[in-house]
Amino acid sequence: MKTFARMPLSAKAGLLIVLVFAFAAIFGPWLAPHGEAEIVGDVWEPFSTTFPLGTDSLGRDILSRMLWAARNTIGVALAATLLSFALGMTLGYVAAVVGGWVDLVLSRLIDTIMAIPTLIFALVVLAVLPPSLLTLILVIAVLDSTRVFRLSRAVAMDVAVMDYVEVARLRGERLPWIIFREVLPNTLPPLIAEFGLRFCFAFLFLSSLSFLGLGIQPPAADWGGMVRDNANAISFGLIVPLIPAAAIAILTIGVNLVVDWQLERSSTVRRRA
Amino acid sequence: MTTNLLEIDDLHITGQGESGEPFEIVKGISLRLKRGEVLGLIGESGAGKSTLGLASLGYARHGCRLVHGSIRLGGKELLGAPPGLLRTIRGVNVAYVAQSAAAAFNPAHRLEDQIVEAAVQHGGYSIAEARAEARRLYAKLRLPAPERFGQRYPHQVSGGQLQRAMTVMAMVPKPDIIVFDEPTTALDVTTQIEVLAAIKDAIRCEGMAALYITHDLALVAQIADRIMVLKDGKLVEEGPTAQILHAPRAAYTKALVNVHRVGGVMKPPSGKIPSLEVRGIDAAYGLLRVLHDVTLRLDHGRTVAIVGESGSGKSTLARVVTGLLPPLKGEIWLAGERLPGALAQRSKDQLRRIQLVYQMPDVALNPRQTIEEIIGRPLTFYFGHRGAERRRRVLRLLEEVELPAGFAGRYPAELSGGQKQRVCIARALAAEPEVMICDEVTSALDAQVADGVLRLLLRLQAETGLSYLFITHDLATVKAIADDIVVMYQGKIVQQGRKEEVLTPPHHPYTDLLLSSVPEMELGWLDRTLAEREARKARGERVMESADR
Repeated sequence: MKTFARMPLSAKAGLLIVLVFAFAAIFGPWLAPHGEAEIVGDVWEPFSTTFPLGTDSLGRDILSRMLWAARNTIGVALAATLLSFALGMTLGYVAAVVGGWVDLVLSRLIDTIMAIPTLIFALVVLAVLPPSLLTLILVIAVLDSTRVFRLSRAVAMDVAVMDYVEVARLRGERLPWIIFREVLPNTLPPLIAEFGLRFCFAFLFLSSLSFLGLGIQPPAADWGGMVRDNANAISFGLIVPLIPAAAIAILTIGVNLVVDWQLERSSTVRRRA
Repeated sequence: MTTNLLEIDDLHITGQGESGEPFEIVKGISLRLKRGEVLGLIGESGAGKSTLGLASLGYARHGCRLVHGSIRLGGKELLGAPPGLLRTIRGVNVAYVAQSAAAAFNPAHRLEDQIVEAAVQHGGYSIAEARAEARRLYAKLRLPAPERFGQRYPHQVSGGQLQRAMTVMAMVPKPDIIVFDEPTTALDVTTQIEVLAAIKDAIRCEGMAALYITHDLALVAQIADRIMVLKDGKLVEEGPTAQILHAPRAAYTKALVNVHRVGGVMKPPSGKIPSLEVRGIDAAYGLLRVLHDVTLRLDHGRTVAIVGESGSGKSTLARVVTGLLPPLKGEIWLAGERLPGALAQRSKDQLRRIQLVYQMPDVALNPRQTIEEIIGRPLTFYFGHRGAERRRRVLRLLEEVELPAGFAGRYPAELSGGQKQRVCIARALAAEPEVMICDEVTSALDAQVADGVLRLLLRLQAETGLSYLFITHDLATVKAIADDIVVMYQGKIVQQGRKEEVLTPPHHPYTDLLLSSVPEMELGWLDRTLAEREARKARGERVMESADR
């Protein structure tokens, strides 16, 4: 509570946005007046009391689809980000703490993956593999983990040379203890901030994949796909495609506001230490 | 009245604490500095001496505020002065020499470009004039090859040279006052004496006034005309150097003068198998050979001190003994058992029996673990103690190192430097080692705190029969606690033996250089020592010089 009171206004606004979206993602299916793929009206009906945000290119209720999509989009992005951090952090810490040829092999491998443009890489892999939510999450996670690897390796390098890590080595501690007890707690603040940032990127990446038709497959709703489905409406002067686009933008901004505040906090703490 | 260059009256400076609440660092200090005078400011860390030094430039560190009082430089009030005025004063009327020259120089630019910058930007000198002046001063401060010295980059010169270069930087615009903030603290004794002599000479010849800030009373006594003793932001005592040294009035000053009177009991050599034996060790970092044929023996319950300047290989020796750096050749024996060279090949029990205590307690304790977790881990790791049993033992270890039981739940950041070092010692004791390697354990601590830690180490040795391998560059510490002394120079042992043998002449020339470089608490020590060295050189005796040259 004390932390909340001391938060700057921007962080409070960001937190509010994140909470609203989290609420929508968790309770969306119960809040939605209609089913996810249920056709309930005409094509592109205007805003009305029955359809507060109108209908889409197939006559489905936009509000309902927005709520259903919240779960899909945020869920996939979150799962992919969590996985990419688990993978990237573990490898990054191992590279930093063990060093030597382990570090060399891992770093060069990651460099190679990073050398290929992410979107092209994802397009190729997703075109080959059978489309499913799992492959989608895995592909985003693996591609994103390269960035996490680089950051966690860099921050862990700074900590790994500290005397207290050497004390643990001299005591004969094994790698898991050194990584999770000595290094991890001291590198967490920048990584937490990075988590928010990477979540936004995963989220935008998923949306662009969906827009290209390789992300979450119809009839399941997701914001990126909704923009694509309704893109033609723009030429009729309708704002339908802008609604999911706005959702993407607002959540990105919200998360970033919270992340900025976290970054500020972690850097001041480190300056004091 | 206007003879005073700098007048500070009733100055109060506040800083911000951990959670943002303000607290006073300097609590109403007044000082006067006349032209050509050197005023020594002395006190432990936290006494507010650096803050006061910076304040004489009208500057407060980030988070600090000059709250109240007055700072007049040549009659101009600096407190609350506009930034424009301060800019024209700093570097020109008053200059600053920081403790760590290595951190104060920009590694991407040549020395000379940085040295003349202030003089050209603020002092109204042309580049050519400033360069000529800088070259004159290089020679004055006995820097090598004055014509070319400035063309080098900071990493191409040694620490002692860089510190002198910084002094040149401060002197080029001919300021009225130079503030020296611990200018020799980061240097070896052998280098310190040369830098100190150079600074003293330069101040005298250029007729400048100086504020000389240090925690080392013996050092400041060589250079200051007058000394102010500070403690907790307040003035304890002020007086001419001779009076402070020979007739201190305040109890605190007396304690400062009498520090380093710790004495160990002489122990007879034991005939048993030595706790630690190192035979013919050679070691290298990559292609750089740092240890040559090092052989030494540490008997049970005794202390072997390894002394030498930085780069002599004494810390490398510790790394070899602990297994962090496998030796190229040679053997390490622990109580009659040969140890594998590499850490990974040593058994858990072998690791337990050698413990290392580090120089910097700040980075030797994990900031995210409580003291109980830190001390408790070796108990669990080596002996499997958990729960209440572990807690009981942690509390007993805290008591051993004279810390209150309440510290168990605290984090390292909540402890002072000396307390942290005690926690490090407790952690090492928890493993119940036979050999404890102490790597410069007191050099990051204030003299009095260091004294307490040394007493603790001596007491523990008497109680438990621990053997210490004591690595240090501080000969006063060696005199206080060592049984045997090993003198190292450029990776080789140049002299070793019982303390009394090594400390009584005739010495090896390097031992002689080390011993004679330790500042003594008497007036004129610096001049006398230097004169003696010159005289001996003139007589054709072999006199060594610091490897820093």
